[in-house]
Amino acid sequence: MTSLLVILCLILIAIVAVQIGKVTELASKIRGEEEVQEINNKRQANLSMVFMILFLVACIWSFFHYRNYMLGYGPHNAASAHGSTLDYMFNITLIITAIVFFITQVLLFYFAYKYRAEKGRKSLFMPHDNKLEVVWTVIPAVVMTFLVVGGLDAWNEVMADIPEDAKPVLSPTSEDEFLEVEAMGYQFAWNLRYPGEDGLLGSRDYRLISGNNTVGQDWTDEKNIDDFQASELVLPVNQTIRIRILARDVLHNFYLPHFRVKMDAVPGMPTYFVFKPVLTTEQYRQQLKGVPEYEVPDPNQPDKKLWETFNYELACAELCGKGHFSMRRVVRIVTQEEYEAWLAEQQSYYMSTIRGTEDDPRKDELLGIEIKQRKEEFDSKVTTALASDNLADKVLRFDYVTFETGSASLTKLSHYELDNLVEVLNKYPSMTLEVAGHTDNTGEPEANQLLSENRARAVYNYLTQNGIDAERLNAVGYGQTRPVDTNDTDAGREKNRRTEFKILTQ
Amino acid sequence: MDKVVIKPTTTEDVDLLIEEYGYDDHFHEHHHGDKYQSNFVTTYIFSQDHKVIARQFLITGMIWAIIGGFMSIVFRLQLGFPEESMAWLKPLLGKWIILDEAGIGTLSSEFYYALVTMHGTIIVFFVLTAGLSGTFSNLLIPLQIGARDMASPFLNMLSYWFFFMAGVIMFASLFLSTGPFAGGWTAYPPLSALPQASSGSGAGMTLWVVSLVLFVVSVLLGGINYITTVLNLRTKGMTMWRMPLTIWAFFITAIIGLLSFPVLASGFFLLMFDRGLGTSFYLSEIFIGGQALDFVGGSPILYQHLFWFLGHPEVYIIVLPAMGIVSEVLSVHSRKPIFGYKAMVYSILAIAFLSFIVWAHHMFMSGVNPFISNFFVIFTLIIAVPSAVKVFNWIATLYGGNIRFNSASLFAIGFVSMFISGGLTGIFLGNSAIDIQLHDTYFVVAHFHIVMGVAAFFGMFAGVYNWYPKMFGRFMNETLGKIHFWGTLVGAYAIFWPMHYLGMAGVPRRYYSFDVFETFSHFAEMNKFISIAAIVVFALQLLFVINFFYSIWKGKKMTTRNPYGASTLEWTTPIHAGHGNWPGKIPTVQRWAYDYGKDGKEFISQIQPLGPDETETH
Repeated sequence: MTSLLVILCLILIAIVAVQIGKVTELASKIRGEEEVQEINNKRQANLSMVFMILFLVACIWSFFHYRNYMLGYGPHNAASAHGSTLDYMFNITLIITAIVFFITQVLLFYFAYKYRAEKGRKSLFMPHDNKLEVVWTVIPAVVMTFLVVGGLDAWNEVMADIPEDAKPVLSPTSEDEFLEVEAMGYQFAWNLRYPGEDGLLGSRDYRLISGNNTVGQDWTDEKNIDDFQASELVLPVNQTIRIRILARDVLHNFYLPHFRVKMDAVPGMPTYFVFKPVLTTEQYRQQLKGVPEYEVPDPNQPDKKLWETFNYELACAELCGKGHFSMRRVVRIVTQEEYEAWLAEQQSYYMSTIRGTEDDPRKDELLGIEIKQRKEEFDSKVTTALASDNLADKVLRFDYVTFETGSASLTKLSHYELDNLVEVLNKYPSMTLEVAGHTDNTGEPEANQLLSENRARAVYNYLTQNGIDAERLNAVGYGQTRPVDTNDTDAGREKNRRTEFKILTQ
Repeated sequence: MDKVVIKPTTTEDVDLLIEEYGYDDHFHEHHHGDKYQSNFVTTYIFSQDHKVIARQFLITGMIWAIIGGFMSIVFRLQLGFPEESMAWLKPLLGKWIILDEAGIGTLSSEFYYALVTMHGTIIVFFVLTAGLSGTFSNLLIPLQIGARDMASPFLNMLSYWFFFMAGVIMFASLFLSTGPFAGGWTAYPPLSALPQASSGSGAGMTLWVVSLVLFVVSVLLGGINYITTVLNLRTKGMTMWRMPLTIWAFFITAIIGLLSFPVLASGFFLLMFDRGLGTSFYLSEIFIGGQALDFVGGSPILYQHLFWFLGHPEVYIIVLPAMGIVSEVLSVHSRKPIFGYKAMVYSILAIAFLSFIVWAHHMFMSGVNPFISNFFVIFTLIIAVPSAVKVFNWIATLYGGNIRFNSASLFAIGFVSMFISGGLTGIFLGNSAIDIQLHDTYFVVAHFHIVMGVAAFFGMFAGVYNWYPKMFGRFMNETLGKIHFWGTLVGAYAIFWPMHYLGMAGVPRRYYSFDVFETFSHFAEMNKFISIAAIVVFALQLLFVINFFYSIWKGKKMTTRNPYGASTLEWTTPIHAGHGNWPGKIPTVQRWAYDYGKDGKEFISQIQPLGPDETETH
């Protein structure tokens, strides 16, 4: 029914249009073509003046109406250091082009009006005027030179990469340091990766991408160990930031409108953008306060004003498929203290998600940092024991020496702690030890006794194979005879299954 | 023998002049019983007459313009009225309108992007390249240089039919179950190369690229014909410096097309290889659909270079013919010579040359080495100089004129206004530093729609209204034409002017919805306004279409050969010129094309010999 009505309307409009046409043709027949043409010229000439005035007024009005969304002044100024240079270039260009715009549009429509055909008027025969043409070739050329020089100067400064001697760190504090964050676009979101304590982003390979490895990080690369991922782009204010921009599937574009940052993300070719945020989110909110456009309630949180809920945003600016319009991430610019506090909450992705799982290529080895940590722990335990006069304190438990289930062969991760002991023994040449094995009370006591002896022997063997004089060592097995806790609970039995060493002489 | 100087004021005078000075190529001797136009099919369908082919291009272009324009209305509805139900479009769009339980219909985002893509492809290639350059190069080149037809009428016919085939294939892609191509008219890989990336990148993309390869063939066949015809078939006396600016524009346009379209085709071939043969020209290190693909070592940037090596000249392929038409129309209806004819020619040449060394200004933010951009900024902003010269010369052409206002001259004036507005915003975008913020925002949408979309359409309308009598022997209705003009001028500015503010606020183009981002969600009212303006402007174009077809049969009849008092050759042909254009001798040319108001005379035809004391103007 509706479509029928629409079709009827269209037909009616067509008929009306044709009738209007016929009427005017009739008029020209009655009054004579020349007269009609002259009336028409006058009418059209007047219309062109009316249009010119309305058009130019509309231009100025709309400019005024949207002044709060302009670049470079008003509340929407750039939140980055380079951004204000670009805004300045924009506004210089705006002033120059606005002058040209008004002059040429006025001349165009005014000449059309003034030189409308009238009876008796003869047109001027003016095929060319070299002087005039030189003038209006040279003036644009000069103005363009001015704009090109200014633009390229800004461009080369903005697009320059980080100087080679600058140091990548997680929390930059000086001009010589910078933070490098990786943003990887994929259909249809951004993955944000921070470098972790070492300040360096670990290497990646797209073939390693899997369900729990969205970027394809190579876990054999030490630099990946401390990298962490974030759901918001949190950056410290007034520090140099280098965004490493990647794409996983198709082209994307890393776009931060408030920071005048934009760069394509290209599969197979990392790109970058270096910038320095100069206004925190909070400062920008304060700037928006009082701006009418932002003094309205936030439709999502009606109890708050728009300026209160304002956030910088990361968007995609290169068509990437049906979800292109939805690749949003919040960007928060914070003070150094807030940034440090936020960093403290972040967890290494590897440590929290990958470590020890099937995907962990190092599940059978300790990481440098763990080795270091455990060594310190071990050394301090030994130091405490050595300093103590209490005999009970001289008995130290191996916290990380473990055995394959029901057997006396050392697990792969056990040697780290034993190596620490070797080092201690080398440091104190007069030290002698008793290595003791213990079990809980599950199973036959005889079997337990044998197992504890064998386990103590395994440790003993490891130490002697690593250059410790057998004279200094003594291996004993106590089976289940010396529990340190109850054997009635799992936790207790866990404590009772242990390997220890006792410092006999120091 | 003393020749009598005749002022060609009447039809008979023109015939006398042609008889007196014309060149006899013995055309009439083999004209009897035209074997090339013996029946309906060879006259109106597989015609080799350039005037018929021109009309074929024009009408096909108009049909595509309606389709492409309608697509923009659908996606403007989505952008302007995202809350409104689109269920009423379901009979037309089928599964692309998704109905929820309450019967509220939403446009699928996949199809939104398909519409945007098709709109761009259709308008740029099928309407503003084929419909504009194809129509007027065909119509005017032989008529204005004094040739019987194109150098190769057969290739000319093939040119149209390749275009027609390209259109059929593109049209067919609209009905695929996976939808037409939806990766943007620029078709950047990997999105366009991988069916996993977008459902439109499957069969839709295959048809898209096949269609455009056929289209390239059409452009090349047409272009080589235009160039050959202009170089070889000019009538006696028609030196290059006596050619009307329309011919200069079509000639240079054809050269640009001939040099750049093959590069696009090669880019497309490599894309097809990547899609079908497993090569890695554009693809590298891609993980998509849960799978790491084998492609390594390719670069999506390579495609962008190849694409924009055509893509940028393409905007001049679109706008130069419009400039030529406007120069001609402004001059004729101002009753004044075009100001600075030689400067106009040199600026066309300069623009054409520069158009080949600015392509990477579309790629400032694509990841190319920023150092390279320096050169492209310089060349890009140099283009402003010849463009400015053209604008000033058009304005100077109006100065001191005796302007006859009709639909053609109004659209020509509108073109200049649009070209100024859109050209000036190019100065922002060509400057890479400013482009960082404006790239791929609505500022760009506003810029190119005004400068090459609306402006080129205005040039086309000026041409259609002006040469309609030459095509159909009747005039289009002036009143409807003027309503069409003023409505479109105001409406087009209403659509595209506000988009500059969207761009300044950072709103990216090609967004299906602005609600996801707080930053971009401030402009619901403006988007509504733009959409309403777009609907109004679209309706006004239908008025033009009605006027066009109505006037073919019912328009005011042309009673004199030269209704505008124009000095160019096309108005010396009979009102209904047959195949071969001039029934007897071919006129020879005695002077340049712009003797309007010279020595107190209203105009002096190009076939009129110089007076005894007269010197030729250039």
